[in-house]
Amino acid sequence: MSLKVIEQGVHTTIQDLGRYGYRSLGFPVNGPMDDYAMQLANFLVGNEASEAVLEMSVIGPTIECMTDTVIAITGADMSANINEQLIPYGKAVAVSAGDVIQLRTAKTGIYGYLAIKGGINVESLLGSKSTIVRADHDHLLTRPLQNGDEIPIRSAIVSTGQQPSYINPEVFDYITTSYPVIHYMEGAQYEWFDEKTKQLFEQIDWQISSQSNRMGYRINGGRLHYPQDKQLLTEATSFGAIQVPPSGEPIVLMADGQPTGGYPKIGQIAQVDLPKLSQLRPGQPFQLKKCTLNDAMEWLYERDRFLTMMQKLTNQLWKEV
Amino acid sequence: MQTRYVTENAVMFTVADELSQQAQETLLQLHHQLAEEKPDWLVESVIGYTTLTVYFYPLRIVHDQVANYIQSFNIQSNRTNNQHTLHRIPVCYHPSVALDIDEVARKHQLSMEQVIARHTSVTYTVSFLGFSPGFPFLSGLSDELATPRKETPRREVPKGSVGIAGQQTGIYPSTSPGGWQIIGRIPISLLHFHRLQPTLFQPGDQVQFYPISKQTYESYRRKEKHS
Repeated sequence: MSLKVIEQGVHTTIQDLGRYGYRSLGFPVNGPMDDYAMQLANFLVGNEASEAVLEMSVIGPTIECMTDTVIAITGADMSANINEQLIPYGKAVAVSAGDVIQLRTAKTGIYGYLAIKGGINVESLLGSKSTIVRADHDHLLTRPLQNGDEIPIRSAIVSTGQQPSYINPEVFDYITTSYPVIHYMEGAQYEWFDEKTKQLFEQIDWQISSQSNRMGYRINGGRLHYPQDKQLLTEATSFGAIQVPPSGEPIVLMADGQPTGGYPKIGQIAQVDLPKLSQLRPGQPFQLKKCTLNDAMEWLYERDRFLTMMQKLTNQLWKEV
Repeated sequence: MQTRYVTENAVMFTVADELSQQAQETLLQLHHQLAEEKPDWLVESVIGYTTLTVYFYPLRIVHDQVANYIQSFNIQSNRTNNQHTLHRIPVCYHPSVALDIDEVARKHQLSMEQVIARHTSVTYTVSFLGFSPGFPFLSGLSDELATPRKETPRREVPKGSVGIAGQQTGIYPSTSPGGWQIIGRIPISLLHFHRLQPTLFQPGDQVQFYPISKQTYESYRRKEKHS
């Protein structure tokens, strides 16, 4: 039972919720750029939140189903179609052996997610099914997917026709918001920057540079300076850390970001806003706004309540099939 | 010990203002004790030069409790004779793989032999691993070899390259972009996905280098490929 990659797309990878426990050995966490859309895709097909999915970037892949199953697509709108018939977004859809699922260029956002009922049956690597970068090891999880790859999947009981679960597409409005506001907390070296620079940081219309990827997003709009005689002793970093190299042009560490870094961090993006940041397209203006750790925690709990509720709801729907 | 709440799920503890062996021992003790006690809220902890960052599940514990938990550890900072694994690592310093050894030698007005002698005469300590899977940051480099990073990083530094960046030396376990000055290459692999420990080095380990010829390097590489 498998899915066959006909056209690999720009950067298609397998991702679960990330690889934990190996950061002190130099391994990045990996995992989805937009964990919100990723988890919702899993819920739609009745999977656990952490089940591995396909993450598709900018231009999606073309995939042939070698077996009957159920899929759901969330995140960036890549005009998903089956045998050239558009399929709904944010909804479970039955597919049959021989069907061709095609994803095109993203019309909104950057990262799309394709979940498969039952999940991807690839052997985990260090306890996770997230793709590792720079691993020097031959495995389906150590590189982006390529033409001809067969992705093993688990069997699922499939009834054709209408599938039970869908999500109101408004849940994905964060991807299409124009001029979004992204919240950040003070970074570990926030005090290194003077008042004027801190103000500038919030006033600038920032844009994602095209020199951005799963490791880091360069953001353009202005330079942030700090005393050049200050040298940071390398310390741990996290997804969303806003590092400022000597050039003054910030880099936000993303899902494949290195686990330690030697550049001062002016800020740390609030976890709930990471999906919004990940989905920003190069050139699209956005604003950075400071929040407190308490704000960020409350938003996180709130999001967690929503995801738990969605999971219960979709589980219930699948049970009734 | 200073604490800083760096994200929704991490607290960073700073144990010293600057690099020292004592700071390193304290960090290792904290890291190991935490790994042993394995509280159910713990995700993992990551060592830096003077910091330990503790990642946790935010729905199970709050930052203040994490801070109190770590601060209650009884750390004997003068206990420096812990047993640390010593690795002896063969390095080929031949200019065909030591891409910047000429440049480093010229900068310090040393001969190539002197660079090699100074690089192999020290026992280094793995301060921590970072940058990429299995990449060791080794402290103990001779001041005479300290060299800033390259102004323009290379797009591809070959796997096994031994580099210098400021006061640090390190080894690239896989081919990747990088800005360190490359003074040698090792024929052995630092990543082992099917072993219990996927990386050769652990924080706190000790490392000595010894020089090998290009010929020996090639024959070790062939052996490594077959194993």
